[in-house]
Amino acid sequence: MNQQEWPLWEVFIRSKQGLDHKHVGSLHAADAAMAMQNARDVYTRRLEGVSIWVVESKHIHASNPDEAAEFFDPAADKVYRHPTFYDVPDSIKHM
Amino acid sequence: METLAQDLSPEEQFQARIDADIRIEPKDWMPEAYRKTLIRQISQHAHSELVGMLPEGNWITRAPSLKRKSILLAKVQDEAGHGLYLYSAAETLGTSRDQMLADLHSGKAKYSSIFNYPTLSWADMGCVGWLVDGAAILNQVPLCRTSYGPYARAMVRVCKEESFHQRQGFEIMQTLCEGAPVQKEMAQEALNRWWWPTLMMFGPKDSESPNTAQSMNWRIKRFTNDELRQKFVDMMVPQAEFLGLTVPDPAVKWNEARQAYDFGEVNWEEFWNVVKGNGLCNHERLQARVQAHEEGAWVREAALAHAAKRKAREAVAV
Amino acid sequence: MSATQPEQSTATAAQGASPLFPFVLQLADTSLILAHRLSEWCGHGPVLEQDLALANISLDLLGEARSYYQYAAELEGKGRTEDDLAYLRSAVEYRNPLLVEQPNGDFAHTIVRQFLFDNFHYQLLKGLKDGPDARLASIAEKSLKEAAYHLKWSSEWIIRLGDGTDESRKRLDKAIATLWRFAGELTTPTATESQLQELGLVPDYVALWPAIQAHTAHVLAEATVPEPPAPVAQLGGKTGRHSEHLGYLLAELQYLQRTYPGLTW
Repeated sequence: MNQQEWPLWEVFIRSKQGLDHKHVGSLHAADAAMAMQNARDVYTRRLEGVSIWVVESKHIHASNPDEAAEFFDPAADKVYRHPTFYDVPDSIKHM
Repeated sequence: METLAQDLSPEEQFQARIDADIRIEPKDWMPEAYRKTLIRQISQHAHSELVGMLPEGNWITRAPSLKRKSILLAKVQDEAGHGLYLYSAAETLGTSRDQMLADLHSGKAKYSSIFNYPTLSWADMGCVGWLVDGAAILNQVPLCRTSYGPYARAMVRVCKEESFHQRQGFEIMQTLCEGAPVQKEMAQEALNRWWWPTLMMFGPKDSESPNTAQSMNWRIKRFTNDELRQKFVDMMVPQAEFLGLTVPDPAVKWNEARQAYDFGEVNWEEFWNVVKGNGLCNHERLQARVQAHEEGAWVREAALAHAAKRKAREAVAV
Repeated sequence: MSATQPEQSTATAAQGASPLFPFVLQLADTSLILAHRLSEWCGHGPVLEQDLALANISLDLLGEARSYYQYAAELEGKGRTEDDLAYLRSAVEYRNPLLVEQPNGDFAHTIVRQFLFDNFHYQLLKGLKDGPDARLASIAEKSLKEAAYHLKWSSEWIIRLGDGTDESRKRLDKAIATLWRFAGELTTPTATESQLQELGLVPDYVALWPAIQAHTAHVLAEATVPEPPAPVAQLGGKTGRHSEHLGYLLAELQYLQRTYPGLTW
């Protein structure tokens, strides 16, 4: 008997209108339609969502933790990107 | 990132992150032993959820009211969900659910011994919820802060859902204890059977638990077996008193000096016997899981075959 | 399906009670028995994800059954509760169609049973939702959303099993051969149903038929399964003449209430 596991899918759920979809976990399904239904049955039993995305796990490309330093550290010294970097006189409103 | 000095070995860097309470994520470097320990623990936990469906599943068709039937079914279904979350967490470590199930079915992987005890009366549904889930929660709440990210996140979800499980169990016990004498007897009889096996759920004594130190060090585990067992007794004895039930241990006594309950010695011979597979239900629990998996094989294959056919047709159509 | 089923003496239908009572009870029994059957799968499903799906459907139907029982109890007005109605009536008093009490069998049998029921249930609820009885309409409106999902689920599984492997096809064919004969009862009105249909309280099953038929044809075509010849319909459940399976089911379902009468759980 050819024993093969159903592919793994990642599930993203929008918990309410106006919010981003957020990764909630994964599951197995034979196809996208089933993945969608399984996500509904597994991850929204307590009104956790109003919208679901599923994507087969193998299609996700992730950054490499070994490259985390070169990827993310350069952003650390760009303090001028943050509004708190700037002194605005107290008398100026709406800024 | 001052803590992660450049000249530390990967092991030292890893331990430094753990000590700083920085979560480990799937693609991060980790010691092989950490990975193995996690796979063993998470899959064992997942198996416990899966096998744990059976003793309660037993009573879904016999629940005494439509309300109880709905609650019990929802609860046992939650356990399937919890198993699924946990298998998913373990899969991020490079194992597959099929592999984990194969280990369960071959007897190589363990699951919580508590589920090898039979559920004989409706009061057992009360005891499983109140005691067994109560013990599980004590184990699980600290795991929400465990060092491996996917495991911790799965546990947050599990704990959130689990909170109604213990309450519904207590409510069943309370209803029985406030009911007719025959119901109260049913409750006491069930407590007599479940008390000691529940204490065994926390595992062997610290002195005989070789993995505890390393697991604590890696912050996979946050309390020792004996600490949790004591916590459990301290929590449960007053609740049993509230219900008007007697914990079946004559040694249970409040110790003013320790500010904790003294209690008797667990029957460790029975504990190891059940762990080794000689409990009353070991055989049938495993058999039920193997059967479900084997009888489901053609269904899983059909779904895959259909998905492949459909894909092929779509490819032609494009 | 145009013939009317003979009605047994309905001693349970109280004098003076609302004419809707036996029908609402029938709906309640139907949802409960099918929910019970599906709940037997819990912990034994072919894959974890589908274990959850089966339990969800069971829970939906259980909730629907409770709404009907509560309404039936009010219509009867004799002080019986939802649990009295579910737990203290014998097999011959139960009014569910034969289909839903049939054993789970393998997954294919469960799917075929579910598909036949869902396809009818969905259309029935659509009709009831627009009916004149406000309470029934509101239960139907809530249940319709659930039934739409159930129908989607069971339809897709029919297609997967039909157009899957040789093995799944063989099993599906067998399940169809076993269960198709129970479909006719769903749309064959009993005397009670006919009366209510004349009063406009229950949708005319003849009017539901084309949509049911069209969906069946569509799903079977997708599944590459030739439409089975219409078998002789097995009737009886809705008038209390059940298959032997129901007795065992009720023995289990009612065990505690029967063993310890009058207690609260």
